[in-house]
Amino acid sequence: MSDTTTDDSPQNGPVLAADGTPLRRSLARALRRQKLRALMLIAPLLIFIMVTFILPVADMLYRSVENGIVSETLPRTVVALADWDAGGDTPPDEAVFAALAADIQIAAEEKTHTKLGSRLNYENPGMSSLFRKSGRQVQRWDLNTDGPFKEKFLDIDDDWGDIDVWRTIQTYSPAMTSGYYLAAVDMQLGADGPEMRPENERIYLKLFGRTLMMSLAITLSCIALGYPVAWLLANLPMRTSNLLMILVLLPFWTSLLVRTSAWKILLQQQGVINDILVWIGLVSDDARLVMINNQLGTIIAMTHILLPFMILPMYSVMQSINPSYLRAAKSLGATDWTAFWRVYFPQTVPGIGAGSILVFILAIGYYITPALVGGTTGTFISNRIAFHISTSLNWGLAAALGGILLAVVLVFYWAYDKFVGIDNVKLG
Amino acid sequence: MLDQGSDDFVVFDKVQKSYDGQTLVVKDLNLSIGKGEFLTMLGPSGSGKTTCLMMLAGFETATHGDILLDGQGINNIPPHKRGIGMVFQNYALFPHMTVAENLAFPLEVRKLGKSDREAKVKRALDMVQMGDFANRRPAQLSGGQQQRIALARALVFEPELVLMDEPLGALDKQLREHMQFEITRLAHELGITTVYVTHDQTEALTMSDRVAVFNDGRIQQLDPPDTLYEEPKNSFVAQFIGENNSLEGTVKELNNDTAVVQLDDGSLIDCRPVNVKQVGDRTKVSIRPERVEYRSERFQEGAHLLKAEVLEFIYMGDVFRTRLRVAGRDDFIMKCRNAPDQIRLKPGETVNIGWMPEDCRALDA
Amino acid sequence: MKLTTLAAALSATALTLPAVAEDMTIVSWGGAYQTSQQKAYTEPYTEMNPDFNAIWDESSGEAVAKLRAMDEAGNVTWDLVDVEGPDAVRLCDEGLAIEVDVDEVLAAGDDGSAPTDDFGPSLISDCFIPQIVFSTTFGYRTDVEAWGDSKPEELCAVFDLETFPGKRALQRSPKKNLEWALLCDGVAQDDLYDVLDEDGGVERALAKLDTIKDEVVWWSAGAETPQLLADGEVVIGSTYNGRLFSVIEEQHQPVAMLWDYQVFDFDGWVIPAGLTEEREAAVMEFVKYATDTQRLADQAKYISYGPARASSQPLVGKHAELGIEMAPHMPTNPENAQRFLVNNLDWWADNQDDAEAKFQAWLAQ
Repeated sequence: MSDTTTDDSPQNGPVLAADGTPLRRSLARALRRQKLRALMLIAPLLIFIMVTFILPVADMLYRSVENGIVSETLPRTVVALADWDAGGDTPPDEAVFAALAADIQIAAEEKTHTKLGSRLNYENPGMSSLFRKSGRQVQRWDLNTDGPFKEKFLDIDDDWGDIDVWRTIQTYSPAMTSGYYLAAVDMQLGADGPEMRPENERIYLKLFGRTLMMSLAITLSCIALGYPVAWLLANLPMRTSNLLMILVLLPFWTSLLVRTSAWKILLQQQGVINDILVWIGLVSDDARLVMINNQLGTIIAMTHILLPFMILPMYSVMQSINPSYLRAAKSLGATDWTAFWRVYFPQTVPGIGAGSILVFILAIGYYITPALVGGTTGTFISNRIAFHISTSLNWGLAAALGGILLAVVLVFYWAYDKFVGIDNVKLG
Repeated sequence: MLDQGSDDFVVFDKVQKSYDGQTLVVKDLNLSIGKGEFLTMLGPSGSGKTTCLMMLAGFETATHGDILLDGQGINNIPPHKRGIGMVFQNYALFPHMTVAENLAFPLEVRKLGKSDREAKVKRALDMVQMGDFANRRPAQLSGGQQQRIALARALVFEPELVLMDEPLGALDKQLREHMQFEITRLAHELGITTVYVTHDQTEALTMSDRVAVFNDGRIQQLDPPDTLYEEPKNSFVAQFIGENNSLEGTVKELNNDTAVVQLDDGSLIDCRPVNVKQVGDRTKVSIRPERVEYRSERFQEGAHLLKAEVLEFIYMGDVFRTRLRVAGRDDFIMKCRNAPDQIRLKPGETVNIGWMPEDCRALDA
Repeated sequence: MKLTTLAAALSATALTLPAVAEDMTIVSWGGAYQTSQQKAYTEPYTEMNPDFNAIWDESSGEAVAKLRAMDEAGNVTWDLVDVEGPDAVRLCDEGLAIEVDVDEVLAAGDDGSAPTDDFGPSLISDCFIPQIVFSTTFGYRTDVEAWGDSKPEELCAVFDLETFPGKRALQRSPKKNLEWALLCDGVAQDDLYDVLDEDGGVERALAKLDTIKDEVVWWSAGAETPQLLADGEVVIGSTYNGRLFSVIEEQHQPVAMLWDYQVFDFDGWVIPAGLTEEREAAVMEFVKYATDTQRLADQAKYISYGPARASSQPLVGKHAELGIEMAPHMPTNPENAQRFLVNNLDWWADNQDDAEAKFQAWLAQ
């Protein structure tokens, strides 16, 4: 009867628990308590992940569009500038300059005018010193008596009469900007909306492309080198394979810098490999091979560093493949190659997939090794991100580059899911 | 039992196998298998039976000796050229292929055309009553269904010889019995030669034309199931096949087909000498529980009888199983058919037991 | 990804306890340079103030980014930070370092000169308290056979592949390289920044660099060039003069200095914004001591960088371990400083990003 399941039925009443409360409520309470307990158990981990992973990512994504500094530092100027025609060829009128004088005076008091200068300098070189210089002078002015200010500003620096300066201030006055993302794809906000940067300043698209291609090359060489090793690991007798496993894991216990420096010693022109090649006469002394400070060096060093991340998932998948599949294939008439290619290999694809995703994503974000052995042609987009974080302090651009990298990884992940299937990934 | 062709289709000739160069896993194996015969290799684990199968399949090489298939030495022929169908213990169905693709695999590598392939796959699936499952993946099938597919795959390319390595080991009892019947039916219908490896003696007895009992790297006895059961040639076979009572003693008298053995407690029994050479030899005598008799009217004149004390009576439905103390041993079993005239012995009773001399075999000690 | 830096900075700030009154967290570069600071500044200071305890942090390389992260987190744990001039300018612009009135805070020179005069041109920012003058200059191998008897004596030898063939090491940064390139392209020293300011100025410098681009190994850490020179990977390379001193005088490698048009840089202290009054006062007291005439002269005993005070120059003595007279190894030594450059920090503050973008785009071609 339906009555028994509705607890507001006055005639029959709901099913009651032993203590007289409706069974449904009693059950819900018991479940809630259980869920609460479970939640409390994972709470430390949840908070940890939120604080160390999700929040920084969210913060980064926010930074890549955040641009409150202009309207916060120059509130009056931004309002006064709203009516100015950026398409024309006359600088703004006295009202704007008066507002600017008032804004800069307060900003100089709080020492925020130089900060704004650095921010706007990313978009228009020269604005950093313009604001630094002006701050010092404007502080001494009396806003009530010293006007008109247009002349006085032009006295400090002619650049205040430059339309580009005002255009930059106006373009970047909204609290959100697409400027960083545009910069990250070699574009800029011009007078007529987004446009490509000058040819000789385009760098990021090229670096994104290179990063992807080289990460792909590294992933492929990891597959090529890792597959046979994983196969050996999975098929050798226990004692030998344990020893081999230690060798595979050994790089994990050595500092990244040490390993990278070791490759330098091996690969450089006066290095071990070249010395040997010259000594056996394969290469003449004045034609030593260039194997480092280029893409080859980066691919070699990074393949070495990331190889274990490919081998381990492959190994654990291979280990779970019963040797009788190969025997079955051979008994059914397949040659060794056919048995491998048609029967063994397809079953290892989940391991290759897991290893490839790991290696590719790690490779895409690497910057220490490319910085050390990449030379000019082997650097990655991450090297630029590191530069903008620690040297140029253009965190907005760094965040935008990181955001694009994140998007690229997600697109690859989506593509992998679509064409191979993410449930087809096995770590063991 | 079918009438086999007398030609030796598969021949093991003085085959030896060693893995470590110190011990022989297979010692001097000589075996001929007739065309169309269903031969089972039976033995405990480590007896060398699987090694023999693997040598025949080509996954192991013989350390010494020759293996012939249809008169031709195959020692140097790689497995994929031997054309032998094989069913594995875990079925080894390729998990990334559908049932139909699994079956088509041996046909594809033999470069058969598409329509040929499809026809053969369909016929093979129908043969094992799995026609509706062509597009499933192995993981979506039950154990029994996988077993049928594995069988169909081993047969689909029409090999003349099929090897089966404990194929029913993973199935439950009922399904196993059903599949035993299916496999023998198919083998005989198609007329293929089958070599079947198992450690389950019931399976061996019910399915095979002949059974080779392996122990310690040698064939202990090679005979049809009934001979094997009723006329074991040594005490290992007697003990391994079916239930068996074993008593130890010394040969007192020895004629052509009868002997008298004095058990260790002094009592005498009649038996048929099988494995004893002269008076004074130590021997183990073997008597099947269902051949033991306790009713005096069934005994021959002058037969030697033994005193037995009933220790336990077990009612098993179709038979009564009685545990007795005989000649100082507590594990002597007597089985009696549950018939209207059968008496249920009570623990503590003392009876005289005996048997027909030809049912009691004096074997090696 | 760079998030890790952010997260690390955040967690570092969260986890580090505020220093006790006598503790002072001093941030420097590690290595020989930090040791020289310890020997010349903190060890004698601790002798005078037994309660004083310096906690060293070797993070100067990332000081700007970390200070910004600390500032955003609202918890500045550093008391005194050693940075290069351009970083001091940036920290000052960002409001991350406090402005210091040197005449009020620092000690007068031993000769009675006011700090403003004594420090002179090294006072490049309102927040900057100079310590040393160092230079980026070239070292070359003295054993290059292909050079015959010629020896690089002028900066433009770096661009002369005919007379001085071989690989060069240059910093992977437009700063200094653009100036050097223009100098060797015929631009007078006084016109350098005017040319760079013109349209096509940076491009002109890059075009000059293009003539040796194939022969250049680009370094990003100061230790790379000494290693490359020692290995014979490059024949000429730019790096900090102190690094070359140790290759030549301590490791006795066949390397010599090319001082022509060395680029002077200043390294000094900044005091982070946001310290408590108490901490700030303690820092001020320490800084006053650590930058007096004698202390700056003492530091040159341990490392071959020149004191930023004019009044310290006559007091520079011998190396504490090697016993060599240090004056000839100072970049400020008149013999070495016949021709030198000082970066125009205002120009670089304005144009760093632009020049960097063009330089990187040129590198990637």
